[in-house]
Amino acid sequence: MTARPPPGAGLVVAAPSDTEIVLARTFAASRRTVFDAFTRPDLLRQWHGARGWHLVVCEIDLRPGGAWRFVSRGPGGAELGHGGAYIEVDAPARLVQSEIYDGWDEGEARVTTVFDERDGRTAVTTTVRYPTREIRDGMLRSPMRRGLGEAFDRLDSLLHHHVRSTAPWKGHRP
Amino acid sequence: MDTSTLDATFAALADPTRRAILARLTEGEATVGELAAPFAMSQPGVSKHLRVLERAGLVSRGRDAQRRPCRLEARPLRDALDWLADFREYWEESYRRLDDLLARLDERDGS
Repeated sequence: MTARPPPGAGLVVAAPSDTEIVLARTFAASRRTVFDAFTRPDLLRQWHGARGWHLVVCEIDLRPGGAWRFVSRGPGGAELGHGGAYIEVDAPARLVQSEIYDGWDEGEARVTTVFDERDGRTAVTTTVRYPTREIRDGMLRSPMRRGLGEAFDRLDSLLHHHVRSTAPWKGHRP
Repeated sequence: MDTSTLDATFAALADPTRRAILARLTEGEATVGELAAPFAMSQPGVSKHLRVLERAGLVSRGRDAQRRPCRLEARPLRDALDWLADFREYWEESYRRLDDLLARLDERDGS
């Protein structure tokens, strides 16, 4: 039996530049299997989403220039659609695609996903690049959208010791 | 979570001077004059930033008519940090489902 990582272990979320977000995670499966799970609608429907959000539309035309479209439905029937086109398809190693959320054309992102297999395990690194830092930070505005602002990197360290406490703020250092 | 409040929080945090003001206020309350001192900026300039921070609920002003000291309001920041944790947890949950799917696919393929 294949050794599996503990649940949720090893997810890396980082902001390597002003306009990018990176998500990295290793999976206990071959690169071919993981690539399929990221590109076949019948498989994507089985895992993509959380917190009561799931895919109700998943269309993929996996070739350069081919379109993709996802619609997720969440709690209370809320729906969020996004899609774009594949720019590079190098199965099972690398995917580059554009991504636009419905009604937010100026937020078009370029998403690069790299699948790297080592000892039967596959590291998946997803880099999302936005046109500007403001747009990247704007992605923080929807619970379904991806976002991680530089402001947060700074604030997280700044506030870690100050705000995490449950006591009301009293304007003094702990 | 109220996304319009989050919008205001993120917009307020997008400016380096406002982040510096918040950083100063983590050390305790301060007057506009005290806040303006480290920045090459007039008191009206700082007041403008403070109004943005006040509208975002990040800063409140004391009642003392003379000094009107500014203090940090932690709640919106805590909400924003909670959201960041949300983002991470969202993908952790999604990827855990993928772990389960991959295990089933491996069994099916007999590998």
